[in-house]
Amino acid sequence: MVHSIKINCSKSSLKEIREFAEKILSNYKIPEVERNLIVVAIDEVCANIIIHAHHCNGTDEISIRISEFDNILEFAIIDQGEIFNITDYNVPTLENLIKDKKPGGIGLILVKKIMDKIMVEKQDGKSVCRMYKSLVL
Amino acid sequence: MEITTFNEGKYYIIKINGELDASSSLILDDAIEEAVNKDQKLLLFDCENLHYISSPGIGVFTSRIEDHEQKKIYLVLYGMNEKVFNVFKILGLDKILPIVNEKEEAKILLNGALNKN
Repeated sequence: MVHSIKINCSKSSLKEIREFAEKILSNYKIPEVERNLIVVAIDEVCANIIIHAHHCNGTDEISIRISEFDNILEFAIIDQGEIFNITDYNVPTLENLIKDKKPGGIGLILVKKIMDKIMVEKQDGKSVCRMYKSLVL
Repeated sequence: MEITTFNEGKYYIIKINGELDASSSLILDDAIEEAVNKDQKLLLFDCENLHYISSPGIGVFTSRIEDHEQKKIYLVLYGMNEKVFNVFKILGLDKILPIVNEKEEAKILLNGALNKN
């Protein structure tokens, strides 16, 4: 089964995205702390797309699809914006971010630490970020 | 998200209520800026009602570490729930930022830091 939601590209939509993800994830036996981390990773990618690819333009839309196959959860985040390849991005170290006094960059560190696999592609003119998380610990 | 600030003796309490994400982190940043402008040196962050945090919220703390060290501003975060603490922990920030369970522990830690310098 695929669960999906389409929301406007504004920062205030992030809460709605989290509630959607939390609701779907609560159907699986994932400890609360782990479940929250998955929600954080989805939030981070969506926030990144909303802010950087859509400049918080509330008339643009972003879709989130959650599915599970063979004990692997797939999170697909789809939008019409410029593609940002998170997999190519050289994640800064936390020490450097602190030294440079930069508030940004932590989100991508989190996403890479939390998710098992991340793929980014263009599909039918749309940008698709797919993240995978195994349900088997 | 709502921030409440008040003095408790020599301590400046910043109480965070709600969810800290990309839409709300600036409110916390403003509250810290205000504390710095008021020349408050001992900051206590009450996280008992902080229900969620993502990177913009965390960035508010990390981006100020160097400045706070320079200005001799000391801070401690306390009362975090396990979910929120785990976001700090996965980043290794539990080793960099002082995070404790109770307010009294936080005060002791701040006094220790103050006496050391």
